[in-house]
Amino acid sequence: MAYEIIESCVNCWACEPLCPSDAIFEARPHFKIDAKKCTECEGDHVDPQCVSICPIEGAILNPFSEPANPPGSLTGIPPERMEEVMAEIQSR
Amino acid sequence: MELKVIGQSEDNTAESGCSSSGCGGSSDQLSHLPEHIRDKVHNHPCYSEEAHHHFARMHVAVAPACNIQCHYCNRKYDCANESRPGVVSELLTPDQAVKKVMAVAANIPQMTVLGIAGPGDPLANPERTFDTFRQLTEKAPDIKLCVSTNGLSLPDQVEELCKHNIDHVTITINCVDPDVGAKIYPWIFWNNRRIKGRKGAKILIEQQQKGLKMLTDRGILVKVNSVMIPGVNDQHLEEVSKVVKEKGAFLHNVMPLIAEAEHGTFYGVMGQRGPTHDELQTLQDKCAGDMNMMRHCRQCRADAVGMLGEDRGDEFTMDKVEVMDVDYEQAMIKRADYQAEIEAKLEAQKKSANETFIPLTALTTKKKETRPVLMAVATSGGGVINQHFGHAKEFLIYEASMTDVRFIGHRKVDLYCSGGDTCGDAETTLQKTIRLLEGCEAVLCSKIGYEPWEVLEESGIQPNGEHAMEPIEEAVAKVYAEMAESGQLEQQRQADQLQAGA
Repeated sequence: MAYEIIESCVNCWACEPLCPSDAIFEARPHFKIDAKKCTECEGDHVDPQCVSICPIEGAILNPFSEPANPPGSLTGIPPERMEEVMAEIQSR
Repeated sequence: MELKVIGQSEDNTAESGCSSSGCGGSSDQLSHLPEHIRDKVHNHPCYSEEAHHHFARMHVAVAPACNIQCHYCNRKYDCANESRPGVVSELLTPDQAVKKVMAVAANIPQMTVLGIAGPGDPLANPERTFDTFRQLTEKAPDIKLCVSTNGLSLPDQVEELCKHNIDHVTITINCVDPDVGAKIYPWIFWNNRRIKGRKGAKILIEQQQKGLKMLTDRGILVKVNSVMIPGVNDQHLEEVSKVVKEKGAFLHNVMPLIAEAEHGTFYGVMGQRGPTHDELQTLQDKCAGDMNMMRHCRQCRADAVGMLGEDRGDEFTMDKVEVMDVDYEQAMIKRADYQAEIEAKLEAQKKSANETFIPLTALTTKKKETRPVLMAVATSGGGVINQHFGHAKEFLIYEASMTDVRFIGHRKVDLYCSGGDTCGDAETTLQKTIRLLEGCEAVLCSKIGYEPWEVLEESGIQPNGEHAMEPIEEAVAKVYAEMAESGQLEQQRQADQLQAGA
């Protein structure tokens, strides 16, 4: 089982040096996690390191393919508020 | 009310050579600093109001990672038209950054300072940041190095910082109270955990204060930046100012919050407003005390290049830099000559200002009291009025009073990317500019078109193109003297009267 980085990753490098298994590598268009190497940080840290520092909600999926940091969990912006504001900007 | 009269108070003239705070800006603004600090900052465009007209800086974006989240920042954003901290178009490796710095320094002889400011936190990317500094210390020893940080990992990096030729560190400190911090920082990454809320803010504050003390104890200059967030920390920043000053920070820079919904930041999306010009100025005045404020701060991007207020980054993208042929030895000689010339010119200007700065003296013989006036100035640098009204991307705001001419700050025209023609309201650029100049009674520029002239006059702002190429403070003083002479400063401002009557 492994975590996975998806396309919303902004390539900020924060996670790469933290990975205890060297599973994270720079790639285009975005960083990736080598599923064979990822240990979910078990035995090394209480929390998965990439998930704990990633600033982008939804950019990392947990082993069940769910966002490890769901919408609103990092920015504190309620998802409905975000949708409302984005719709308003689109309609301008 | 006691009025100081220019040229009459001996104390005043002996102290600074000129009692106008705007006149001979760098000596006055920095006059409270010990000699060795003044030596370090006198040609730093970010620290001296006067130096920013003559010297340039650049930032290299080598530090993408961050270890905290601030509610005014969105790590997703990258737009070439945006101008604010945390935004960059091109991330560089240390090797690329060094190449770029040398290319810029060879082509822009005014360049004195290289900063690493992000787009993340430079000290959360220690290898990349210090590799860049290490190479530059060796290859470009004539360039000053500085770095900015949120402070979280500062105590761990102080030793390493001291090894490099870094004489300025900027720490962004928005609060010293964890309850306030909890409203600004949703989380920090600390000891391998994400820590949210008040607990995280408390650790951040402790680290910032500890780092600040460690640096000043080691004689490194520390400037503190604070973002003014109305209703969140605006009442609290006076306290911050006091605390950081006690710990030895040499400058406190209070900047306005930049927040628009389209930036996608917490504050932008939640509708948190930034301070008005007036609120910012009032707070800066309160925090000033005997510590100076950086009213000319432009809140630059983390990849800005050139003089403050301009960005020449497009001329130095990596593809262009790679093919530039740089003879740095030669460039260093040219730079040194150029900078010596500027220093000599400034010195001469300061001396002549001493002699010519008399118009206000004449004024003060009149018994009638005249009120202070805000004026806007269009300039592209050099400390003179040299820009066409319609070409101005920003206006410098000065306050003229019976006693002096004081630089208050700058206001930018059309600063933010609005995503093209998506803006619904039909406000013209001219109307926007007039709104921007609210509170000002005159605008000084090198030239101005007929149409804007009329519209400005109707809005109670007197356009003035009579002082082209003149030093700003002198021109502002002259215009003030004319306004006082005509008697219009003995009454309330016309626009205010209309408002009061309505």
